[in-house]
Amino acid sequence: MSSRETTADFEDLLRRALAPVEPPEDLAQRLEDHLVQLTEAAAEELESWELAAMRDPRNWARPAAAAAVSVGAGAAERALREVADEAGKLLRDSRRGW
Amino acid sequence: MEDLAPEAKAELDRDFSDLYRAHLRDVYSYSYYRVGNHHDAEDLTEQTFLQAYRHFARAQRESNGRPLRPWLIRIAHNLAANYYRDRARKPQTNLEDAGTIGELHTTESLVEGREELRNVLAGVQQLPNDRREALIMRFALDMDNREIARALGRSDGATKVLIHRAIRQLEGIVEEKAA
Repeated sequence: MSSRETTADFEDLLRRALAPVEPPEDLAQRLEDHLVQLTEAAAEELESWELAAMRDPRNWARPAAAAAVSVGAGAAERALREVADEAGKLLRDSRRGW
Repeated sequence: MEDLAPEAKAELDRDFSDLYRAHLRDVYSYSYYRVGNHHDAEDLTEQTFLQAYRHFARAQRESNGRPLRPWLIRIAHNLAANYYRDRARKPQTNLEDAGTIGELHTTESLVEGREELRNVLAGVQQLPNDRREALIMRFALDMDNREIARALGRSDGATKVLIHRAIRQLEGIVEEKAA
């Protein structure tokens, strides 16, 4: 038998000795559950961090500014509506010949 | 995990799910042959995938489409090294003690070559770490030289030499035992 054949035989023996090992059937499911828990915990942590951050007055500047913008826009809209209403009234009065 | 938009996160999770379904057996086999018992192999496999999940987005980005199996095995390899460091203070279990042959192999191992397979496995355990790991990757996981090189952080050439020397040394150990 040549040395190449001997080596091939030995490698075949090695392949059989080191046969792949099947993981337990429930390992995949357990791992998946663990990963889901991990992502849910991360999401909860993020949510609670956001809530905690809102309790700190130093983090209020941006929401306050956003609220101010919202209030400002609302006030401007009301003012525009009043102007439009006034203009409409004037137009209606002028049509009546006043 | 990085902060990602929900759609990107869902796609990443799907890719990761594919990855671990495709390579669960590889990681488990590698872990088993490194630590020598099913209980610790399960633990090591789980830790490997949890760690992989944390760095998956980056690994996927940096892999440029190359297979991620060597990256996964490298994580298992590093975790197994930590396992051995921790185990330095505890009794060690080897594959023979764990009754590996009987558990691992089905009909093939029950034929006359069983003793020979046992000697080969015992010989694998006697090899230096890098040689043993290279043989596990080659024969248990069927990885090619390039994949093994990536997993071990070596060049392709150095890996080829490593495997060649590991086989030669193992042959010597087995022959010596048989004589």
